[in-house]
Amino acid sequence: MIGRPAAALLACAALGTLAAASEIRPSRDFLSPELRAQQDDPSRHPGWLWVEEGEALWRRGEASCQSCHGDIAGMAGVAARYPAVAADGVLLNLEGRIERCRTQHQAQRAFGYESEPLLSLTAAVALRSRGMPVSVAVDGPAAPFVEAGRRFYETRQGQLNLACTQCHDENAGRRLRGDVISNGLGTGYPAYRLEWNALGSLHRRLRACSLGVRATQFDFGSPEYLALELYLASRANGLPIEAPGLRR
Amino acid sequence: MRAAGLLLLGLCAAWPAAGQVAPFVVTDDAIAAPLLGLAGDRARGAAVVRNRETANCLICHAIPDPRERFMGDVGPPLAGVGSRLTPGQIRLRVVDPTLVNPASVMPAYHRVAGLVNVDARYSGRPVLTAQEIEDVVAYLSGLEE
Ligand code: HEC
Ligand code: HEC
Repeated sequence: MIGRPAAALLACAALGTLAAASEIRPSRDFLSPELRAQQDDPSRHPGWLWVEEGEALWRRGEASCQSCHGDIAGMAGVAARYPAVAADGVLLNLEGRIERCRTQHQAQRAFGYESEPLLSLTAAVALRSRGMPVSVAVDGPAAPFVEAGRRFYETRQGQLNLACTQCHDENAGRRLRGDVISNGLGTGYPAYRLEWNALGSLHRRLRACSLGVRATQFDFGSPEYLALELYLASRANGLPIEAPGLRR
Repeated sequence: MRAAGLLLLGLCAAWPAAGQVAPFVVTDDAIAAPLLGLAGDRARGAAVVRNRETANCLICHAIPDPRERFMGDVGPPLAGVGSRLTPGQIRLRVVDPTLVNPASVMPAYHRVAGLVNVDARYSGRPVLTAQEIEDVVAYLSGLEE
């Protein structure tokens, strides 16, 4: 849809006047007390298996991540600044940044989106920003991506004709079946989802929401979801990183 | 609001994709005539409303049935809706609630025109057929105070 705003304009569906975003709350506020406690406790959080694997990968091999960056503790605050526009104008999320290091600095084949090693490294790096406030750049080269993400977020989509904002702003806190609707932030990702029985990326969660409204599921790492990820991060600016999250 | 709804209807009727959607006329805030003149069946309608694969109404609404668990509260409870609304008003709200409230969060169950990025598996057909709409209308009309 990005680059094709005409499609949205053509639609005889009225986009509707979308209520101004009210207060945006951290995702953890919407978790059940039990899940929240479990998210905070590494010994009861299966996501830590991926974190440990990622920390091992960080050190592995001759041209290891560690050989350039030093101890992974030095990654503190990095995840809070992603997605970000690279010097060549490409919008990279944390996964994309790691894949670039892999192909350009380590001369290895990319792991591939949603692969275990990429999820593990992403979780290990993101953990170093846990509790830190999201601080993505929204101006300069990032501005058009933020705008594209906002358009996507506000456009009714799918056979069920729903926009992200209709659930995650207008109905946050209400129940959709067994779920309490949150403000739809990406701060907990990658997250261990009980329904998945595994760690998964934000784009996997976005595909689930697209499917839920019977809309096109965009590819992992697609320009649509990357811009959307940046817009979600802009909504989360100032709120704490929760990765690795724990979700039902 | 009503004028806007009628205008929208006029526009949508011109869309070629509307083949599987029954024609209807909106008067006041209702579709008075049953779609395609079909008769609805309450029991079938009760099943449609509960079906998680198709209508999935209970994701947002509660119905007066203590056996149902995990009903949503995004929409109003449907208990007593048959006393609050006429069958024609219910029909319009299930066919396409945006004709009543353009900002409605409730999906349109009998519409194909003007939707964006529809998954290929669902494109060109409405969520519910004309018969299923009539069954749902019959079921909800029977939910009286
Ligand atoms: C019909 C309602 C609905 C729509 C429309 C919808 N979502 Fe969701 N979304 C949910 C529910 C329910 C959950 C699970 C509970 C939660 O975390 O909010 C969820 C979860 C999420 C999460 C994970 C939050 C977390 O911390 O785990 C994100 C991010 C998200 N949605 C973003 C989006 C985006 C972006 C769109 C539009 C492309 C969208 N959603 C459309 C209902 C919806
Ligand atoms: C994504 C949420 C959602 C889903 C799914 C949904 N509804 Fe609704 N419904 C609403 C909301 C919200 C309203 C309140 C009016 C409005 O905002 O348009 C409503 C209103 C109604 C009304 C009018 C009730 C009144 O008292 O005025 C009826 C009837 C109704 N819905 C029936 C259904 C049926 C039948 C289904 C499934 C086939 C369904 N709804 C699915 C959200 C939903």
